[in-house]
Order: sequence, then C-alpha cells, then structure tokens
Amino acid sequence: MVLRMNDPFANLFRLQRALDKASRNDWFGSRTSSRGAYPPVNIFADGDDFVLVAELPGVAKDAIDIQLKRDQIRITGTKVIDYDDEASVHRRERQAGQFDRTLSMPAEIDVDGARATFENGVLRLNLPRAEHEKSRSVAIN
Amino acid sequence: MSPQEVSVQEKKPLSPNEERTEAAAFFVPYTDVHETADDVIVTLEMPGCTRDGIEITVEKNVLKIEGSIDSGAYTDVKPIYTEYNVGNFTRSFTLSTQIDSEQISANLSDGLLTVTLPKVKQAVARRINVQ
Repeated sequence: MVLRMNDPFANLFRLQRALDKASRNDWFGSRTSSRGAYPPVNIFADGDDFVLVAELPGVAKDAIDIQLKRDQIRITGTKVIDYDDEASVHRRERQAGQFDRTLSMPAEIDVDGARATFENGVLRLNLPRAEHEKSRSVAIN
Repeated sequence: MSPQEVSVQEKKPLSPNEERTEAAAFFVPYTDVHETADDVIVTLEMPGCTRDGIEITVEKNVLKIEGSIDSGAYTDVKPIYTEYNVGNFTRSFTLSTQIDSEQISANLSDGLLTVTLPKVKQAVARRINVQ
C-alpha cells in the first residue's frame, strides 16, 4: 500500500540553511519578549512586506482570531483535542489549550491590506508595510 | 480553574540512527494513540504536509508514515526572524497482530493526520452476558 511520490529536496534544503542562519537574531530587539510563546513564528521579508508563518496543527480555522493594530499582531485561539469518551489513550504527546500571543513588528502594518490564509495547519499572514513606513528614493540634483 | 495554555513543543529531530541521506531535515511528529472498541487511532501533527506529500506504507507489520511539506511556499521570501525549523516528517510504528493491515485508512485535516487501524475481528472484545 503506497500512496504518493517523492519530490526534490533542494528547495527545502535552501530554506533550511536560511532558517539556520536567521535563527537567534535580534531582529525584534527589545520590542518583544514573547519568544517561547505559542505559537512559534517565522517571519520572512517579501520585498517591502512581511510574511508571518506559524504552525497550528489541529486547530480549526474558526478557532483562530487575528487582530492587527499599527505595528501589533495578536494571535489568539483555542486548540481542542477531542477523542471519544470511551476510548483508552495509549500515548499522549499532543497538547491542547488556549493561546494568546502578541508581537510588535519593527514597522507599522497596512492593516487594511493584510491577508491571512490557513492551509494544512499552517497560518500565513501577509503583512504589507504601511505606506508611510516605506522608504522613498531621493533624486540627487 | 483557569484554562490551560498551550506551551511550545520544540520539534523533535529524527534520532541519529535513523538519519537519512536526503538534504532535508526530518522531524518526528507529535502523536497521540488511542483505542476505541473497533480501531486503534493514531493522530499525528504534521503541519504543512499536503495530501500528495503523505506516504503511508505497511511492511512486515511496520506502519511507516512520511510527510513532505510543500516548500514552494517559501521560494521568493527571505527569512528575517525565525523561531522554528521546517522540514519533513517521518515516524514508524510496529503493529500488533491485532491490526487488520489491509483495512487501514487515513485522513488529513488542518495539519493533522489521522490513521485508523481497524482491529481484526477476533481482537474486538466481546461482552458476554451472564444469563
């Protein structure tokens, strides 16, 4: 019984190396002390914009709430594990409960332009930088 | 009682004696196993895996689950701040003889893979009524 095929790993390896390099940096500076809070996040730059990615496996889409205000992102929700009452549990490694995390980005976000998707347990927030935060190039006369 | 909070579980890398030659990290998914009257149900957290990326095999009573993530979502972006690593998932389980390996089914939803292992008929407990 085999379902599926292999796909090339080169792409993933590149991401991995970039992640290793970027880890443990002080990009947030003293702004946020919430490292270690759930959910862990990865933040990417996409041109001028930010992309925030967080893994929330087993959390229903409707159970996630995202609030944006200026430079602040708040992700709250509840992760529920619900097995049949009659079932006997042999192994329990997964965790359930509530989560509430606030992050302050180093620049203000265009709140109206932000978009969120939740696919395969991965939350992805596209956060455009606010117009007034974008740098302008100055022509030299 | 105040509601319980979810704490961060650092992803568990594959142990060195199971290491692979592919240029990608593999993680061991956090898993619950529970048993109902008819089935043993294995629930694995595999965020980022697509249905096409999941491979489930049964060989010599070993159930092997592999999931590869869709790394295409990360091609044009540059990481600037990271708290967790991203990679594929793999985990194996030795099945007891009570499992009917022909009838195994699986379902993927919200990054959660649920594998249902039906028990063979003899293994299903029968309640005997005392007359």
